[in-house]
Amino acid sequence: MGDLLWILVSAMLVNNFTLMLFLGLCPFMGVSARVSTALRMGGANIFVLVITSMVASFLNAYVLPFAPYLRLISFIVVIASLVQIVETVIKKVSPALFRELGIFLPLITTNCAILGLAIFQTNRGYDFVEGLFYAIGGGLGLTLALVLMASIREQIEVADVPAMARGMGLVLIIAGSLSLAFMGFAGLFTS
Amino acid sequence: MSPRRVVSPEEVFFRGVWRENPVLIQLLGLCPALAVTNTVANSLAMGLATFFVLVGSSTLVATFKRFIPREVRISAYILVIATFVTIADLVLNAVVPEIHRALGAFIALIVVNCMILGRQEAFASKQPVGRAILDAAGTGLGFIVALLMMGGLREVLGYGSFLGVPLFGPSFEPWIVMILPAGGFFALGFILLLFGWWAERKKEPVRPRRWPHGVTTEVFVGEGGAD
Repeated sequence: MGDLLWILVSAMLVNNFTLMLFLGLCPFMGVSARVSTALRMGGANIFVLVITSMVASFLNAYVLPFAPYLRLISFIVVIASLVQIVETVIKKVSPALFRELGIFLPLITTNCAILGLAIFQTNRGYDFVEGLFYAIGGGLGLTLALVLMASIREQIEVADVPAMARGMGLVLIIAGSLSLAFMGFAGLFTS
Repeated sequence: MSPRRVVSPEEVFFRGVWRENPVLIQLLGLCPALAVTNTVANSLAMGLATFFVLVGSSTLVATFKRFIPREVRISAYILVIATFVTIADLVLNAVVPEIHRALGAFIALIVVNCMILGRQEAFASKQPVGRAILDAAGTGLGFIVALLMMGGLREVLGYGSFLGVPLFGPSFEPWIVMILPAGGFFALGFILLLFGWWAERKKEPVRPRRWPHGVTTEVFVGEGGAD
């Protein structure tokens, strides 16, 4: 149990996907203007991450030992079709949820965090349950970073910012500061 | 094809290099641009690999665009891209194993570089092969330029060297932060701020606002120039 908790917290804080590993930067920059959208995007991400982790474990166990060079291609094809299926199912089962997630689901396909999760999970040799905890931790970390960023950006909108810093320059500097702050979590597990 | 103005081949090539630079202007493909640019050598390897994947997949997509059904085009592009990335991955592993180790999973993550998929969808799937190659080469070169800027900045400040050659002598205290993840954000942020400053100084100087600024601007800049 301790191991699983370690994986969860490490993926969420110490090796935060967005701020430490630079995964999923497109949504981090693109949809972090409002806290409410950031939360929805985070939710959609956790959902897809968990499903991807399960499928990646399955592929690693049963398919890829026979053809290791197909790893990348099979991962990306499975993720792309998976997102498509999830989108269709949600649309059918819960139109309300579909409206909530809206355009975010297709965007997730080209989100590096999803493929990154599948690859890192494979490289570290996580089994099914460990992979699941890794996915949840990573998704929570992603959501945390998104929401932090969105709340700061909501404040910036009413602040008097120098003209040259309007736009992404300032957002990147803030992201750097957040990343510095998250480095502090590295001390969590030394004792 | 369309009544828009004709774009010359040179413009197709050069707009991707600078005016529509994928990283510095469009902010696409940020994951690799921030993650692996802690040294110039890593930036160059990542830039070249991405260039190869982009040109290869643009060529293939432009050649076979008539045979790709519209409904599954995105999946088809991703498959083509993934094939070229697998080739780049294996080649880098064979030729420069230590750089391959340093780049790690980020070679594989070229697949989900939005810049590459964006070029397929926006350009290669609609244009003749020659132009698609020009466009891909220009955008790829722009990506390399941006990565080298980042890598140069971070290596010079973070290690005090360029391509592994020490620059400042032994008394230089390296800025450790620049080679940490935070340094990636800072480096790109500073470059963008520089661009913003450059764009601003060309414009008209802004008239300074009256004293209680930021509180109720409308009152002072209201119609009729009440102030």
